[in-house]
Amino acid sequence: MKRVNKDYLVAFFMLLPSLVLLAIFVYGFIGQTFYVSLTNWGRDPAQALALRPVLEFVGFSNYERLFTSFLEVRFRQDLINLFFFTVFFLVGSLGLGLLLAILLDQSVRGEGFFRTIFLFPFSLSFIVTGTVWRWMLQPQGGINALPTAFGLPPGEFTWLTSRQQIWHFNWQDLPFFTGLVVVAVLFWLTVRAWRHHQRTRAATFGAVALVLALWKLTGARIEILPFPERHGFNLALVGIIIAAVWQMSGYTMALYLASLRGIPEELREAARVDGASEFQTYRLVVFPLLGPITLSAMIILGHISLKLFDLIFAMTGPDLATTSVPSLLMFIRSFRAAQFADGAAIAMVLLVLVATIIIPYLWISLRGEVRR
Amino acid sequence: MKRRSWRWLIYLLLGLATLFFLLPVYLVVITAFKDPATIRLATAWQLPETWHWQSFVVAWETLAPKLRNSLILAVSATTLSAMLGSLNGYVLSKWRFRGANIVFPLMLFGMFIPYQSILIPLFQFMSNTGLHGSLQGLILAHVVYGLPITTLIFRNFYAEIPDEMLEAGKIDGAGFFGLYWRIVFPLSISGFVVVIIWQFTQIWNEFLFAVTLTTPATQPITVALAGLAGGEAVRWNLPMAGAILGALPTLIIYIVLGRYFIRGLLAGSVKG
Repeated sequence: MKRVNKDYLVAFFMLLPSLVLLAIFVYGFIGQTFYVSLTNWGRDPAQALALRPVLEFVGFSNYERLFTSFLEVRFRQDLINLFFFTVFFLVGSLGLGLLLAILLDQSVRGEGFFRTIFLFPFSLSFIVTGTVWRWMLQPQGGINALPTAFGLPPGEFTWLTSRQQIWHFNWQDLPFFTGLVVVAVLFWLTVRAWRHHQRTRAATFGAVALVLALWKLTGARIEILPFPERHGFNLALVGIIIAAVWQMSGYTMALYLASLRGIPEELREAARVDGASEFQTYRLVVFPLLGPITLSAMIILGHISLKLFDLIFAMTGPDLATTSVPSLLMFIRSFRAAQFADGAAIAMVLLVLVATIIIPYLWISLRGEVRR
Repeated sequence: MKRRSWRWLIYLLLGLATLFFLLPVYLVVITAFKDPATIRLATAWQLPETWHWQSFVVAWETLAPKLRNSLILAVSATTLSAMLGSLNGYVLSKWRFRGANIVFPLMLFGMFIPYQSILIPLFQFMSNTGLHGSLQGLILAHVVYGLPITTLIFRNFYAEIPDEMLEAGKIDGAGFFGLYWRIVFPLSISGFVVVIIWQFTQIWNEFLFAVTLTTPATQPITVALAGLAGGEAVRWNLPMAGAILGALPTLIIYIVLGRYFIRGLLAGSVKG
C-alpha cells in the first residue's frame, strides 16, 4: 500500500514538468496577451520597439475601436470574410467528404487506390497547397485555360485578384439579424423540449424567445456604428475555399469512412429485407448514425478554419485586403507594424471565437468518458 | 441485378474526383520540368517540349539548408514531444490522481487555441531569453504546443492496456518506472509510430511559429517556400520544383505508412 502511494507521487512528479510548461506557455501567455490588449503598446512609436516598453493601461478601448472605428473597417470585413470562408469550407469539405466516403463504401474495385489519392493533400503543408493553387488560379492560365484544351472558350473569372463583392449588407443590421437567429434557435429549442415533454424547459425557452421577438418587433434597434457600412462576400475567397476543400475533404472522407465501416452490416441488411431501397437505407438508417461524427468533424474543421493563416499567406500574401482574415491581420499588425496592443486584441477575439466551439466540445466528449 | 445498372455512375464520380485531386499534381510536375523561358500561361497544361531538370538543381541549391533546418527541427521536436507525451499518457491513464479529470481537459485546450493568442508573449519570451531566431527556440515551441496532442494519443492508446496486466506487475514488486519499462513501453511501439508520424508531419508543415520566430539562417522549408513563391513576377518553375522538394518527405511517409497516418488523424478527434 505504501509503495503504491509513493508511486502515485512519482507519477504526479513525472507529469509536473508538462503541466508547468503548459500552464506558462498556454494560460500564462494568454493572460499576458489579454493584458497587452488592454494597453496602448504600439500607439507611441517611441515605445513600440523598445526592449522594455512603458505601457499605459487603456481598458477595452482597443476592442471598442476594432468594432466601431471607421479606420478599422478592414477588421470587420475580415470577420465577414472569415464567416463566409468557414461556412463554405465546412459545407464543401463535409459534402465532398461524405460523397467520397459513400462512393468508396459501395465495395468498389481499387478502393485503396482512390482512398490514397483523396487523402494525400492532407499530408501536404498549407504552404505547398497554397503555392500550387496560386498557380492553378492564375487568371490567364491554370483552371481558366483548361477549357481551351477541349476547344472551349477560356474561363473569365479572375479568382484571387477578383474585386467583386456580392450579398451586400449593412454592418448596422448585424445586431438585428443576430437577434433574429437567436429567436429562431430559441423557438426550435422550445419545440424540441415540448416534444420531449420537458414542460418547464419548453416554457422557459418559449418565454425568452417571445420577449426577444416582441422587443425586436417593437423596433428596438442597437446601432454599433454612427454610420452605415457596407460589407459583403468577396469573390476572391472562392479560390481559397476551393484549395482548402481540396486539402481537407480527404480528411472528412476518412472520418466518414471509418464510421460507415463501424455500422454493423446487419442493420443495413435488415432495412433492405424490410424493402427499403438503397437510397432509403442511407436516409433512414445510415445518415442518422453519422450525426456524432459530423459534429466532431464540424468542430475540428471549424476551429482549423478560424485559425487559418498559412494557406491565405501562400495564395495571396498577408496584405491583400479582399482575402484577409483576422489571423492574418493580427500577424501584420503585430509583427510588421509593431502595433502589439491591436494585434493582441484581434488575437483575443479569435481566441474567444475558438473557445466558444471548443470548450463545449471538450466538455461533452470528456464527460461521456468519465461516466464510462 | 438492379444495383448493377448504376455502378457506372459510381466509377464516373470517382473518376471525376480523382481528376480534381490530381490535376494540380499534374500541373506542378509539368511546370517544374519546363524550361523557364517556355513557361506561358496559355500553354500551362501542355507537356514540356524538353524535360528540363535544371529547376530542381537550382531549387535544391537554394532550399537544401532550409530542408536541413526542417529536418533537425522536426526530428528533435518530434522525439521530445513523443517521449513526454508517452509519460504523460501513462500517468493520465494508469496513475490517475485526484484532479486528473480537471487537468486533462485544461491540457487538451492547448492544442485548439489559435496560436496568435500566445504569439506576442512567445515572441517576447524568445527575445528575452536570446532564443529568438535560433532553431532551439522553435524546437521548444513545437515541443510545448505538441504536448497536448501527444498526451491525448498516448492516453487513449494506454487506456486499451488492461489494468490487470499492471496489477500483476505490481504484485511482482514493480514500481512506476518498472511497470513502464517492462509492460507499457514494449506495448506502445505502434502508438509511438502513430505519434511520431503525426508530429513529424505537423511540425514539418507548420508555418506560423516558423515565420515569427526564425531568421533567414534558421528558416524551415515552409517559410523559404513562401518566400520563393511570393513576390511579383515569379518564375513558376522554381516554386513548383521547391514545392515538390518540400512536400516529398511527408508525402513519402503518407504513402509508405498510410495506415498509421490515418490512425493519427482519427485520434485527433478527442474521443479517439
